[in-house]
Amino acid sequence: MLRVDTSRPWIQEADLSYEINEPDAYALEEGLQLKEKHSGEVVVLCAGPARAAQTIREALAKGADRAIHIEEENLGAFDPLGLARLMATALQAEKPDLVLTGLQSDDLGYGQTGVILAEVLGLPHATIIMQVEKQDGTIRVKRELEDGWFQHVEMPLPALLTIQSGINKLRYATLMGIKKAKTKEVKRLSTAELGGAGQAAIRFARVYLPEKTKHSQIFDGPPKEAAAKLVEKLKFEARVL
Amino acid sequence: MSILVILEQRAGAWHRMSWETLAAAQQLGAELQQPVSAAAVGDDVSAPASELAGKKLERVHAVEHALLKEYTPDGYSAALRQLITALKPRVVLFPHTYQVRDFAPKLATALERVLVSDVVAHRVENGELVLVRQLFQGKINVDVRFAGEPPYFASVQAGAYRADKVEAGSAGIEKFTPEISAVTIRTKPLEWFRESQRAVDLTAAEIIVSVGRGIKEAENIPIVQKLADALGAELAASRPICDNGWLPMERQVGSSGQTVSPKMYVAVGISGAIQHLVGMKGSKTIVAINKDPEAPIFEVADYGIVGDLFQVVPALVEEIKKAKG
Repeated sequence: MLRVDTSRPWIQEADLSYEINEPDAYALEEGLQLKEKHSGEVVVLCAGPARAAQTIREALAKGADRAIHIEEENLGAFDPLGLARLMATALQAEKPDLVLTGLQSDDLGYGQTGVILAEVLGLPHATIIMQVEKQDGTIRVKRELEDGWFQHVEMPLPALLTIQSGINKLRYATLMGIKKAKTKEVKRLSTAELGGAGQAAIRFARVYLPEKTKHSQIFDGPPKEAAAKLVEKLKFEARVL
Repeated sequence: MSILVILEQRAGAWHRMSWETLAAAQQLGAELQQPVSAAAVGDDVSAPASELAGKKLERVHAVEHALLKEYTPDGYSAALRQLITALKPRVVLFPHTYQVRDFAPKLATALERVLVSDVVAHRVENGELVLVRQLFQGKINVDVRFAGEPPYFASVQAGAYRADKVEAGSAGIEKFTPEISAVTIRTKPLEWFRESQRAVDLTAAEIIVSVGRGIKEAENIPIVQKLADALGAELAASRPICDNGWLPMERQVGSSGQTVSPKMYVAVGISGAIQHLVGMKGSKTIVAINKDPEAPIFEVADYGIVGDLFQVVPALVEEIKKAKG
């Protein structure tokens, strides 16, 4: 259960458990599969506090070749554009052929980092991608649209794609992978050496639990009793049975 | 200074969220005491623009160019950057559609601004705009304020505002022809397609039983199938279930699947991520069964049972059979 922090507009982080963001895990897997098909190198970039080192190790254990960790304890001071600019600076030296991101985060849920990063890097992009095919100097991707529609889009490389969950089957790290990960390079960069935080264009004024807009009747207790109460309501109150 | 709402149409047909966003823009305009203009983008938007001309708006901007026939992020971003630079609006609103998610962050970045995406509500405090967003997949809300200079960009979540609140009126249509050259459009969009023949039309079902991650394994699907059978309902699912191939894609409810509004929607083991909620929150009666009392699905539920679905669902099947005699 999440609780609001009374000292700042954020939640009590002690309530959280940390893991790789779900769509990002699929983006990593897609990178690993593309490498297996076409050779190359998979570099993991992560902006986060020191504890993110754990997630980076996991990505290396799954098969990424090396990593760049933009270390920042106070990511809240950055807006999505500010953060993307730091990432772009860290990426420029790498000159990647393809940048993959998850389509959105499970915490802030902006769904913007990838697209902003593409604009800052000057790359063509496509979002909510369900398939990536490499062609000669170009890629052809399957973009998910609304209501069950899809569309193929072609673009030159280098490019940036935001990846949708479910695009592939995630792998687990092997024991060998975990062992190897310990020897792989993790380059640590501070936000200061990448240009630091500019003035954020948006700020969180207040964080709070959502007010219930609907009056729900919740039943608990033994399943049989709860089920009987629910059925009575459905029959005589909602009249749907 | 004004409010500009950029709406989405395709081949002359408005995206349904366009009207919700227009309603949001009109409310904002009234509260901020600012005129509201709307923009339609395409190669020929005369028909959708004249529909907009019948709404309460200061002006309708028909943003037209041959290279805007098919949507591309480069084309849309270039065209709208020019429109915004010319109009200098204070606030720019979009519907939070898949297409907007594809280009609006790029457009805002090109103008050195930050888009506040997926807004569910707003307030005006001392003339200042406060936008409400959801964090942690709907479990937490945040009030967001803009710190820098306008224009302020925001996209509006599906269902957050009511389309039937759009006010009628009369507005003039003004053509805006952006300068776009073909070489700046780097992506090549191909035809739209659907993968499955939609044999199942969930939108026609009176009762839907929908299953989510809480079911844990494909082998457990028959547990909810029995509930669907007892209710005479169609079986549906949240995205992860269809991604795993446990049920066909055509049974998916949510932003990437079908949008349904049956008489009763029973969500079993579905936490209620917004991508799912937008596909079902218009249902008349919503029942949720989930072991997590904090699950966002309970925010939209009329009735709920907090408990282990593997015990609750069989008990419910028994009680329904009894009640139906």
